[in-house]
Amino acid sequence: MKKFLVIMLVALTLGVAINTVLPDFSFAGAENAIASAVTAQPPTKVQAHRGITITLFLIIILITLGIVVWAAKRTKTTADFYAARGAITGFQNGWAIAGDYMSAASFLGIAGLICLYGYDGFMYSVGWLVAYVTVLLIVAEPCRNSGKFTMGDVLSFRSNPKPVRAAAATSTVIVSVFYLLAQMVGAGKLIELLIGIPFRVSIIGVGALMICYVVFGGMIATTWVQIIKAGLLMMGAIVICILVAARSGFNPVQFFADVANNAQIQNWTQTHLLHEAIPKPGFDYGQRFLEPGLLLKDVWDQISLGLALVLGTAGMPHILMRFFTVPTAQAARKSVIWAMFIIGTFYILTTLLGFGSAIYVSPQISFAVDAGGNMSNLLLAQMLGNQIAPFVGDFLLAFLCAVAFATILAVVSGLVLAASAAISHDIWVNIVREGHADQHEQVKAARIASITFGVIAIILAILSEGQNVAHLVALAFAVASSGNLPTVVLSLFWRKFNTAGIIAGLLIGTIAAVALVLVSPNMQYPKVIAAGAQKIAVTLEKKQAEGAVLTDKQKADLAKAKMTYEKNKDGSSIVGLDKPWFPLKNPGIVSIPLGFLAAIIFALLFRSKKEEDAFDELYVKQNTGIGVAEILKH
Amino acid sequence: MAQQQTDWAAIARNPKFVELHRRKSAFLFGWWIASTIYYFLLPIGAGAAPGLWSVKVIGHINFGYLFALSQFLVSWAIALYYSAWANNVSDRLTNELLDELKLR
Repeated sequence: MKKFLVIMLVALTLGVAINTVLPDFSFAGAENAIASAVTAQPPTKVQAHRGITITLFLIIILITLGIVVWAAKRTKTTADFYAARGAITGFQNGWAIAGDYMSAASFLGIAGLICLYGYDGFMYSVGWLVAYVTVLLIVAEPCRNSGKFTMGDVLSFRSNPKPVRAAAATSTVIVSVFYLLAQMVGAGKLIELLIGIPFRVSIIGVGALMICYVVFGGMIATTWVQIIKAGLLMMGAIVICILVAARSGFNPVQFFADVANNAQIQNWTQTHLLHEAIPKPGFDYGQRFLEPGLLLKDVWDQISLGLALVLGTAGMPHILMRFFTVPTAQAARKSVIWAMFIIGTFYILTTLLGFGSAIYVSPQISFAVDAGGNMSNLLLAQMLGNQIAPFVGDFLLAFLCAVAFATILAVVSGLVLAASAAISHDIWVNIVREGHADQHEQVKAARIASITFGVIAIILAILSEGQNVAHLVALAFAVASSGNLPTVVLSLFWRKFNTAGIIAGLLIGTIAAVALVLVSPNMQYPKVIAAGAQKIAVTLEKKQAEGAVLTDKQKADLAKAKMTYEKNKDGSSIVGLDKPWFPLKNPGIVSIPLGFLAAIIFALLFRSKKEEDAFDELYVKQNTGIGVAEILKH
Repeated sequence: MAQQQTDWAAIARNPKFVELHRRKSAFLFGWWIASTIYYFLLPIGAGAAPGLWSVKVIGHINFGYLFALSQFLVSWAIALYYSAWANNVSDRLTNELLDELKLR
């Protein structure tokens, strides 16, 4: 620890020295100064102080690479590479789970949703914690007791290993790719927006780092990157929350009064959220911001999302994998409980972050900077810091950027590790080599798999530039909840379950989830876009025909709408639809029961006496942990 | 490889294991179902009873916010209760079983 502190201090002083010696090489500093001096003109973008931000990024890169060097010396066997020798403590693993789980989307996105939509944003955050009750009660300890490195180990315990491992590995890779792409594209955009490094360069940089962590440091390095990230994230959140809470005298009642009495929030709720041009007399628009129904309008969509979260988290391969890093079921239990307290505290703090930015930044400005509200945390940090001193504002903003950067690195590393474990351990070692591979070959296979998967992920992320990838996160959870979770639970708890059930459950659950998303409102429907553009064009043209003179902006809007209409009027969605066929954005409510049903029906159709007899062994082991010590020795 | 000779079916029939299994299943699935139902009350209630969700409880803090907050507290409470129960009951039963089988 002392060594890291020294490195941090040296890097910090170096960075500060460089910044004071060199002339301000970016426009960011100047823009910040203008933005804070001319308060009448609200900022339309958030720009971090390049020097400080890059210094902090470098500190994070330095520290994590230091960990990789340290971990590389300890990564010799497969147990080191995939499971950190099973030597992570429950407390450490709890922080690592939190670090693996809380993505940049939850750090920046949920506070943004609260800032723009009030109560509904907070309600949305609840499911992310509740999901861990399922992890704790149903999967954590049995997985620790019955698996070695991957989900394929758990599923193939008593089934026909080759087809089951192949299916499990495929599903793991699919989930990881979806989740990873969303993270990486988000990272590229964020870094481009904040410090002006081009999208491709950031993607290649992030990708190179994640490959480096995984290839050289395996699970040991990944775990510590995740622990550090979770620590930084909590630190950042707590500092901002203290600054926000201080404004309301650390009094929650006063804080909510500040939200409800804020004129900008009232105006935002009235005009933007409820679309009322003239306020209803006596209606409390500020209080309305604290009530549901401003963002999440479809109850079925919410239930569907809730199901995918509650069941999907427990089916996420990179989360399941974390339970193989602890020595015992007790440690697995302890790690989930620690993770729940960290994750829960963070999501409760989003109340202060989100509503805080609504009060002090205002939803209007947050929306103007980013329509998804993703920048509201950063704007809030900068604003609150600037009021102490301009340097503090720059520093806080840079610190949060660095937290977001560390967050992305930690999450993508966990995913690359999970996917490459599935490829090398399940497919190469156990299917191709039928288990006849020595330690040296196995570790080599794992490293080659990580590099290959990482490079493919980088290429895919670069190709996805400009695509809307946000729905990929929901898709990853949908696949995990519809394919992985039913098969894992039935394998662990149902005697009659077997190979046929696992294959059918994984295939049908995954295909159903992906297919439903392909025909859902998540996709782009050019005819719907064209209709919207046409409506704008018609309205503006009518205005023109009535003799009104259009402003320059309206003229530009008209030209744009006409162009959008022409471009989209003959198009159809990626699968050739004119409008969504499935009404919900989240397929869980249909695909999860389908996954379970397919698994159960096929298991009953193709009963296997051998696999049913082997259930006793699995069931005794998963409940008692007999034989776990032997697993770890291998 | 002593493991392969273990008679798993015999352990599965051992009264201590049967007892462990019975109590564990009841606890785990019971609390899982309770927690899941409690969670889905949130979106369903917010959609079906916006009036109740808007009732102010303390100052501007309304029932909806407190109910959402309670989800965190309930999840934590279940986690802590499970932890205490598992340390006292299931770990003890497991250890008794392992002692009897001389596996510990």
